[in-house]
Amino acid sequence: MAKRKQVTLTIDGTQLTVPEGTTIMEAADSLGVFIPRLCYHPDLSLSGSCRVCIVEVKDFGHYLAACSVAVWEGMVVETNSPQIRQARRDIVELILDNHTKDCQTCERDTNCELQNLAYATGVRRRLFEGERKEFPIEASSHSVVRDPNKCILCGRCVRVCAEIQGVYNLSQHGRGFQTVVGPAHLANMDDSVCIQCGQCINVCPVAAFLERPETDAVWQALADPEKHVVVQTAPSIRAAIGEGFGMAPGTLATGQMITALRRLGFDAVFDTDYGADLTIIEEAHEFLARLKEGPLPMITSCSPGWISFMEKFYPELIPHASTCKSPMSMLSTLAKTYYAEQKGIDPKQVVMVAVMPCVAKKYEARRPEHAMPDGTPYTDAVLTTRETIWMMKCFGMRFTDLAEGQFDHPLGLASGAGDIFGTTGGVMEATLRAASELITGKPPARLDFTEVRAVEGLREAYVAIGKHNIHVGVANGLQNAKTLLDQVRDGTGQYHVIEVMACPGGCIGGGGQPYPPRGVKVLDPELLRKRASVLYQIDQGKELRKSYENPAISELYDTYLEAPGSPKAHKLLHTHYTARLPRGIR
Amino acid sequence: MSTTTDNWQEVQSAARETLGEEIAALIDACREDPHPESRLIGVLHKVQETFGYLGEEQLDAVAQLLQVPAAKVSGVASFYHFFRLTPRGKYVIHICMGTACYVKGADRVAQKFMEELGISWGETSNDRIFTLEGSRCLGTCGLAPVVMIGDDVHGNVTADQVPVILDTYLKRARETQ
Amino acid sequence: MATIAEQFEPLRARAEEALRERRTDEVIRIQVGSATCENAAGARKVYDEFRKHVAASARDDIVLHQTGCTGRCSREPIVGIFVPGKLPVKYEHVDRGMVHEIFTRHVLGGEPLWDKVLDGPIAQPAQYEILHCQSDRCGWQGEKPLADLLPERLHEAGAAAEAVRVTAASCFGACGKQDMGTCSHLLVRPDKILYRVHNEQELDEIIREHVLGGRVVKSLAVPGKTVGRKFFEIYGDVAFFNRQTRVALRHNGVIDPESIEEYFHYRGFEALRTVLQRNDPKWVIDEITKSKLRGRGGGGYPTGLKWKMGHEAKDPVKYLICNADEGDPGAFMDRSMLESDPLNVVEGMMIAAFTIGAKQGFFYVRAEYPMAIRRLENAIQQCHDWGVLGENILGSGFEFDLEIRLGAGAFVCGEETALIHSIEGERGQPRVRPPYPTEKGLWGHPTVINNVETFANVPAVINYGADWFSRLGTDGSGGTKVFALAGKVQHTGLVEVPMGTTLREIVEGIGGGTATGEAIKAVQTGGPAGGCIPAKWLDTPVDFDTLTRAGSIMGSGGMIVLDETDCMVDIAKFFMTFSEDESCGKCTPCREGTKRMLEILDRITQGQGVPEDLDKLERLGKLMKNASLCGLGRAAPNPVLSTLAHYRDEYLAHVNDKHCPACKCVALLRYEIIPEKCVGCTVCARNCPVTCISGERRQPHEIDQARCIKCGKCFEVCRFDAVARK
Repeated sequence: MAKRKQVTLTIDGTQLTVPEGTTIMEAADSLGVFIPRLCYHPDLSLSGSCRVCIVEVKDFGHYLAACSVAVWEGMVVETNSPQIRQARRDIVELILDNHTKDCQTCERDTNCELQNLAYATGVRRRLFEGERKEFPIEASSHSVVRDPNKCILCGRCVRVCAEIQGVYNLSQHGRGFQTVVGPAHLANMDDSVCIQCGQCINVCPVAAFLERPETDAVWQALADPEKHVVVQTAPSIRAAIGEGFGMAPGTLATGQMITALRRLGFDAVFDTDYGADLTIIEEAHEFLARLKEGPLPMITSCSPGWISFMEKFYPELIPHASTCKSPMSMLSTLAKTYYAEQKGIDPKQVVMVAVMPCVAKKYEARRPEHAMPDGTPYTDAVLTTRETIWMMKCFGMRFTDLAEGQFDHPLGLASGAGDIFGTTGGVMEATLRAASELITGKPPARLDFTEVRAVEGLREAYVAIGKHNIHVGVANGLQNAKTLLDQVRDGTGQYHVIEVMACPGGCIGGGGQPYPPRGVKVLDPELLRKRASVLYQIDQGKELRKSYENPAISELYDTYLEAPGSPKAHKLLHTHYTARLPRGIR
Repeated sequence: MSTTTDNWQEVQSAARETLGEEIAALIDACREDPHPESRLIGVLHKVQETFGYLGEEQLDAVAQLLQVPAAKVSGVASFYHFFRLTPRGKYVIHICMGTACYVKGADRVAQKFMEELGISWGETSNDRIFTLEGSRCLGTCGLAPVVMIGDDVHGNVTADQVPVILDTYLKRARETQ
Repeated sequence: MATIAEQFEPLRARAEEALRERRTDEVIRIQVGSATCENAAGARKVYDEFRKHVAASARDDIVLHQTGCTGRCSREPIVGIFVPGKLPVKYEHVDRGMVHEIFTRHVLGGEPLWDKVLDGPIAQPAQYEILHCQSDRCGWQGEKPLADLLPERLHEAGAAAEAVRVTAASCFGACGKQDMGTCSHLLVRPDKILYRVHNEQELDEIIREHVLGGRVVKSLAVPGKTVGRKFFEIYGDVAFFNRQTRVALRHNGVIDPESIEEYFHYRGFEALRTVLQRNDPKWVIDEITKSKLRGRGGGGYPTGLKWKMGHEAKDPVKYLICNADEGDPGAFMDRSMLESDPLNVVEGMMIAAFTIGAKQGFFYVRAEYPMAIRRLENAIQQCHDWGVLGENILGSGFEFDLEIRLGAGAFVCGEETALIHSIEGERGQPRVRPPYPTEKGLWGHPTVINNVETFANVPAVINYGADWFSRLGTDGSGGTKVFALAGKVQHTGLVEVPMGTTLREIVEGIGGGTATGEAIKAVQTGGPAGGCIPAKWLDTPVDFDTLTRAGSIMGSGGMIVLDETDCMVDIAKFFMTFSEDESCGKCTPCREGTKRMLEILDRITQGQGVPEDLDKLERLGKLMKNASLCGLGRAAPNPVLSTLAHYRDEYLAHVNDKHCPACKCVALLRYEIIPEKCVGCTVCARNCPVTCISGERRQPHEIDQARCIKCGKCFEVCRFDAVARK
């Protein structure tokens, strides 16, 4: 690569040299000069609209947005003059003046970018207050609640939805003071092409998007002595829940998490990884069948955001999606059948709560395909990591000081293959471990398939298994997935198996994960890497690393399901999909 | 491969039916453009010309046929003031609120229209005969204040003339019914 | 292969041949304006009525000629009668009823209706008309100005006052380098002789020989045709124009906008031919740079420099855009040019496209201008039919095509990056600059965007020379500027004057001052992005830089005259209402700032303002000016800031005394009956919508202030001036 031209400039009196094309903000960052910012996000296109990051540039008639202007030779930048500070303060006040005044009762109190900015820029008095926007709060979706009154029009949700997820469900509507963000025609989210991934919640600096809360129902169930309330936790919860209690990102907190859940009053704490192991077995068998009869590629089905995306945007690919239920739904189904039978509890008295990094799981749980014959859902409530953290805080416990607990049997024992489900390429890696042995009849030569970990969002690889050279594709973030899906649709890519995770980095970057600590950007690749590393640590540290060696799973097949892919397994563990309207525009 | 799960044909023909063959053909032609999405505003003009306004159904159909996200279509339609998202009355009363007209008393004329019709800016009278709209400069400043009703331009309008003007159109509306 | 000239000449010959067939020089021509404004005033009906009359007369030597808009808005519809060998006569405010009279008495009978002529009535036709130069830079050395001296000398020489009309005109552009500052010029009509006069003796000679004796004074006549004289020949038969210098508008109201033949006749496509023959983009850039042409859309960016950047951009794909999204509420010169002389703008674009190397151009036109769009479509189609648009234009190998894209009602789309987004089919919101469109514009390719008026000047610069054009204007900006004169002024309409003309000349000289006789209070320029210039600064010469220094901007050329009955707070609020409504909503300072400023202004005009409100206005205004994303947001507070600077006392009167000095803000008004003047006629009481006026018949009445809604009805109906508005 040709060396980039160097540019010398001065920021706050310090001279520095940076490559041409560097923005003022990047140059300042490299000096340790932090320019406040709001609409800016490194993974999204530049907007330059909030104007919080304005700086003074000598001989320029007006202030420039540091995030979007590239430096030039001899540029003299002032980031912190009295004029700039007043302008920044006034801008933040103008934003506040058109934002709900309910900080104390807001979900994001103390964890709100606007609140932090207001403090940092010194808004202590309100000079310009006047009319505020007034819109109804929109809560039609099972996953996402939209509160336009809190929206500050930074546009991050619009960009993440269009640019990272390729959904383009959100747009600004109207203009000027009346501008409002929402789906087409400002319709209900439920009637839109929203795929419930919740990335809008993740990137929102305030609380204009939140998950639909289910904590009340859970509190109620926990307080009901008639109910047998069980909980399952997805792999990526243990890798992130500690962040909610001030633990550094990348801290493993499985034990404290289990203890905390028991304290909350759950009768049993199960591991969704168990469901993952089961999914692997079923999926590996399905794959084997498809290798013979097609259709190929097989596309994984654990990510409900992706499933929703497929049904709306790529309905013609439905035959390619694995019919396996997600680990959560498999485990929920077993809890109300196998487990209830074993324990001799009326399934109707079992309440299954799933703690998920994902808001689309709330939608998945409500899908009629995942209901018991009487119509009640197998999964009664889905809590996000954030909701769970709040419940624990509300209950009053010092999370970091808790003793480490263990998952309950039988639905709590899992292999390392189940753990890595939480990160990109994990399902693929786990599937390859199982398929390898299934195809060759011999234990796999290796357990790590680092070539399928799509840390950059999109990967393809060839993996030799026996006489097969398996062509795999892995994508996270649906815009990335489109690249693979288009190839499948157009017949230009001959893949055997594709893993799609709706969220960037996989479940660890899900729409229900904790807001990052101050100073860390949401979806920061480093943050995601730290969370992922925890899952790989668990996998590495376990004796049990292959799903089909999980004794609890073997017992399940032996005593209950007969065999992988058996009619009973199909009835309980498999599902189907439907083309949906509104059809997405791709 | 089975195509039973592909609902594109169904969606497409419904969209064509919603818009009518003329607009559908226009969109087909736009799809030939190296930048089809840039034709969106032109297509919306055509839809408004045909239907009188841009309904959700039409906007969705445009989105499908032009293959532009519906959120974007509706975002664009709601951004530009020329586009109407609700049906309009038989006669649209454009009151020019350009500077020249304002200085010559367009606000008093507007006030009178509102009183007489009992509606505000952008609203349509209950009988669906009149819609009241403030207009950007109509470019006929010499005749200020100017009111445009349908295709007729009324110059030097005073508040006193408003009831008479409205009566003329009311009569016309009744006659043509 | 045929040269460019060999391709061009047959086209011109074909146009002339077509015109000859129409025998324009031998027939009686009835010219009717046809533009949105003319039609709104009833020109369509007048045209149809004339058509019936012409048909009924069965005369084949009478033709109807359609033309665009003359810019004389307050006098429309305007009809011109051109009888071979006679001075043309123009009528104002023509309606269907007048058509019959004009046709029978003037067209058929040869007897003009002098009481109905434009700017009339005129008692009797003058035999001669002497136009004298009255520009600021005129070199007349005599003690008395020509305007006073000429009538005196004519009178002394015994010329009947009604036989000779003396009219002031703007600079003829006939001064050479040697005699600059030592002489002046006179144009004698109908002979179209331009004289150079240095002293009173020469003046007397012209009066004696030419006016009284009918002999041309060859020794004083300027030989050849000067540029200025050529323009006067084109449009100079309307007195209103004589004090203007019409370059961009030179064909407006003269040629048929739908006839490419007529455009050819007025040197159409000559500039394009010149440019293609030279085949040197750098030469064009040099010419445009030398001409000091600056962007007429408002920014005033040097056009030559912009084209140079466009030319130098390294990308095989480049675009050219004509910004015809005229959004300033009160400016309509772009519409007028597109409706009246579209081919001139098209030719300007072709020259620009050749210069920067663009193959594709776009007209971005307001959808509210259907006639302009139709005429443009027609112009583009004709250009294709005549082979001056498309591939291999005039055999030069140059390829260019034009497409029309419609706006949809968003003021912000006048901003370059917002306009680009709109053409791309997006919400018309601006983006951060740099990079500028000349680097990364439409679909990421280098794009040059110029305004309609800028393009309209280009063919004239090429045809008549950059030196001439730059001399017309000031040191900083060459050429002329078109203003849309409106508000409290006698002659509203389009006015084109050289850069550097004083506001006074425009408003009082050409505009005729206020119609009511009230004193001018201020002139608002630049529309919602501009400011108010107080009357004490009327002698400011107008160009981009002087207006900026005066706290306003040139903008696209809106010029609203305000008198003492206009409240400056109310005017500021009017523009802020516009800006708030048109704010695109992208950046915080503009989206929220316009709203808050409007709320404060509203408070003040409602009588609820507090002194701190003025500081808040200034603070918000400063914030928007410095921190908004685009130029429009940065300019939006101008109307408030400039009125605050010049009319702070008026704001203070609203805030402190709850009084509107102009008696405009309804909430602060008070109507009172003056007992001494009231005769007790009861008219006010009967007309009061809330019956708050009481009093016995023939006794002074009284207004119950608590119930008064300040509608002003009593004030309007009182015939004895007994109702006072305070």
